[in-house]
Amino acid sequence: MSAQTVDHVSLLPLYAAAGTAVLVLLADLIVGRRGAVFGALTLGGLATAVCAIVAGGSRPGTFCAAGGELCSWVPSPLAVVTAVAFALLTVGVLGISIPALRLGTAPAGEFCFLLASSMAGGVVVGYAGDLITLIVGLETLTLPLYVLVGLRRYLPGERAGTAPAAASVTFLLISVVSTAIALLGAALNYAATGALHLDRLVPGRGPIAPVAAAGVALLVIGLAFKVAAVPLHAWAPPTYEGAPLPVAAYLSTASKLGGVLALAAIVSRLDTGAIVAVLAVGTMTIGNLVALRQSRMVRLLAWSSIAQAGYILAALALGAPGVPAAVAYAVFFVVLEFLAFGAVTGLREPGADGGDLLAYRGAARRSRWLGAALVLAFAGLAGLPPGLAGLFAKVTVMDALIDQGWGWLAAVVALNAVIGLAYYVRAAATLYATPPRVGIPVADPELLEAATHPRLPVTGPAAAALIAAAAVVVLLGFAPQLLFDALT
Amino acid sequence: MTNRDYLVHGPTWLQVVLIAVLAVPAAGAAMVALLPSRADRPARLVATGVAAVTLVLTLLLTAAGIGDRGWFEYGPDDARPALPWVSVDAPWVPALHIDFHIGVDGISYPLVVLTALLTLLCCAYTVWKVPEGGPGRTLAGLLLLLEVGILGTFLALDLVLFFLFFEVVLLPMYAVIAGWGGAGRRRAAQKFVLYTLVGSVLLLLGVLTVVAAAGTGDIVALTGGEGLTRNTQYIAFALFAVAFAVKAPLWPLHSWLPDAHTQAPTVGSVILAGVLLKMGTYGLIRIGVGVTPRGAAWAASVLGVLAVAAILAGALICLRQTELKRLIAYSSVGHMGFVLLGIATLTTTGIEAALLGNVAHGLITGLLFFLAGAIKDRTHTGDLAHLGGLREAAPTLSGLLAFAAIASLGLPGLAGFWGEAFAVVAAVQRGGPAWTTLAVLAAIGGALTAAYFLRLLRTVTHGPATPTVSAISPAIAGPEWFAWAPLVVLVLAVGLIPALVLTATSLPVFSLSEAVR
Repeated sequence: MSAQTVDHVSLLPLYAAAGTAVLVLLADLIVGRRGAVFGALTLGGLATAVCAIVAGGSRPGTFCAAGGELCSWVPSPLAVVTAVAFALLTVGVLGISIPALRLGTAPAGEFCFLLASSMAGGVVVGYAGDLITLIVGLETLTLPLYVLVGLRRYLPGERAGTAPAAASVTFLLISVVSTAIALLGAALNYAATGALHLDRLVPGRGPIAPVAAAGVALLVIGLAFKVAAVPLHAWAPPTYEGAPLPVAAYLSTASKLGGVLALAAIVSRLDTGAIVAVLAVGTMTIGNLVALRQSRMVRLLAWSSIAQAGYILAALALGAPGVPAAVAYAVFFVVLEFLAFGAVTGLREPGADGGDLLAYRGAARRSRWLGAALVLAFAGLAGLPPGLAGLFAKVTVMDALIDQGWGWLAAVVALNAVIGLAYYVRAAATLYATPPRVGIPVADPELLEAATHPRLPVTGPAAAALIAAAAVVVLLGFAPQLLFDALT
Repeated sequence: MTNRDYLVHGPTWLQVVLIAVLAVPAAGAAMVALLPSRADRPARLVATGVAAVTLVLTLLLTAAGIGDRGWFEYGPDDARPALPWVSVDAPWVPALHIDFHIGVDGISYPLVVLTALLTLLCCAYTVWKVPEGGPGRTLAGLLLLLEVGILGTFLALDLVLFFLFFEVVLLPMYAVIAGWGGAGRRRAAQKFVLYTLVGSVLLLLGVLTVVAAAGTGDIVALTGGEGLTRNTQYIAFALFAVAFAVKAPLWPLHSWLPDAHTQAPTVGSVILAGVLLKMGTYGLIRIGVGVTPRGAAWAASVLGVLAVAAILAGALICLRQTELKRLIAYSSVGHMGFVLLGIATLTTTGIEAALLGNVAHGLITGLLFFLAGAIKDRTHTGDLAHLGGLREAAPTLSGLLAFAAIASLGLPGLAGFWGEAFAVVAAVQRGGPAWTTLAVLAAIGGALTAAYFLRLLRTVTHGPATPTVSAISPAIAGPEWFAWAPLVVLVLAVGLIPALVLTATSLPVFSLSEAVR
């Protein structure tokens, strides 16, 4: 037996991501200044993206079993795109966290280290070639988030709350259970078919077929927790609500993307159309209907992101032919979702939670550009121009569904898009609403409004992250082919 | 279909003009958005200038119709559909089969000019008067954005591109109603946007069904229904018909329209009635009849019945209206019923009547909404009971209203006549007891139209002046004349010389109605 050769170039993105985590830790330890930590994570994240692009998606796999066909680390165009997405999301989330971190709402060094570790896990998910690597990657992505959700220091004079801790515990419990289910599924499937590498996943045959089928079903269910698919979604709204806003942004973008990738790896090889289609219909319909009734911003975004996951699942129900559409949708979605969360963060005071929808009355009149960014994001999530990126995302999924003869599911997606618009448009209209009447006569209601709701300046890293996100949304809106080319 | 070279033609300068027709208002909207908020009036002036340039550009396209009659080479016997005068085709998103393929021909050209004209008039009107609710700068920018979407819809020669432009108008129109509308604006705007989104998602389903079946989204290549099986055409046409029926709107899917019109500011109503509704009827002709002719033939009788129901329902509802803008809005339901009846006959006469009716309705209803807005601005009420005796207080305004109302009821010699009369004629020509009955019912509906407009005129212009009306000043401002005069002139011109609209349509319409056979 010859020694395994390892292709270090194709591992570059992982080295860069893991190196970033170490670098951040050392920077915090040695330099001990916030600026150094932020700089280390930003540079490391960007370096990870660059490494992923440089290493490319056409290299042969590495960590291969004897024979060289079955590999645990498989570069592909899809892996490259998602690694870049994870890296940029991490940098972006850092950008919108910095105003709060400067106030000291969380220890900067720990925050950045956890974020970098999570990024490393995300990178692994895209490249994973076997079930163990996949689940380890997914757990590395999620594990730091348990802490990040609850990592909230209260300033002197600030009223301490238990919401972050409660959210963290909810998230931890559900995630542990879901991982256990997924592992059990993987184990059953392995016992029945002996397959561990994704390329070897086959439906079970003979008397053990039911065991294999049960394994696959458990695996899908375990992973469906990660994307918050109905009926396994209940953890998401309270967790998002309790988490600091930037962490909620990370949860609903990077963490969701990881779940989608893991599901895609399974459904493209095994026939899971029926179960995923059921999950898809339930997820988008319930997500949208419940979102209609939300009166708090983050809960609205949480339920809407559940509904969005439903559209992704609809594409995944097609199996392998739907994977490019699902991943394309997921990438369009995470960019828009990040922009939405980023704009919401900018409209709130640093460290504040999402608050009531009513608190956003007239916010876009005060902060013109932030309001415009949020409207752009909402329009995109609703799938309407000017959010062309979101429109193309919807067209991609529906095109794939109709192409494969799943017209009925396309119709369900279409009708859900209409329900979705109802709440997006309500939230967007609130941003431009005129100030509410006060009980007492005042000379100039606008002046009173300006005095009670000061305009919060958005500067430095947060502004840069938002501008970059908006630029990506606009770019993908006018040239979506860039993404489709990158994925193939 | 393999050789697409023939699709891209026309002199280069005209292709540049064609792109500029979309690019100029888009750039204008961006420019208006970027101007500082202090510069409100300059921004509105810029928007008006941009709209004027766009109108000039669309008029330049006439050169393509006169100069480059490439389609004369193809006689009516030629199986190939009539080609656009000038077109541009470039791949945009190959992964989704989207080409940036735009062009103009006789069917779309009158609507393109109408859109550019009404946008210019509305922008100019906004310079003079900004409705309450928000900065006029934003309103003017939204009008330009709407123009991009509407022009794009009329120019698109790619199915998915058509859908994209169809969607562009949704949110700007929502914003116009919700931002500058009347007291019930939020509800009305929400109703508008949800109804029309239902229409557009059905359109998307239909478009993708066709594209998946035919492997191309090229409308020119698809015209005649080549490469589509009967069942695909049935399904696709059903989706298209409902989608466009919501937009047009066809009874019984019209209920968003009266609210939207009543609440929208004047300029919003003008654009909505003048050209936005036309996207529905235009789509039905270009895509419904063009791309899925067998589906159209299959559903023609249902469409015809619904169209006549719309005519009658619109007229009967109008007889009971007590609010000026609501009455005009419901009258649109009746007029669009005539247009749809013309389309439903699937004959050359019928489709030409529909095209003419489209343009005439755009001019007349645009004028009616401008006048209704002017009356409401002066009297602060739209209640007909409070508007009696307008002729005493403001004779010019009242005279213009009478002119527009008489044009709308279809007096021969004015624009409204041709479309409605020939829709009925086309239905009679179709023959058979069913179509003849429909024609008779439509004619009765036409008579009812006359009844409610005369009732409107009796209430508003005659009788003693109410206190509200006698308080207003009879003067009409210069900008108002500027906005109204072109419409008045065109209503007369199209009424006297309908060939203005129809010259260029005969060949493309002929090839459409041939395809149905």
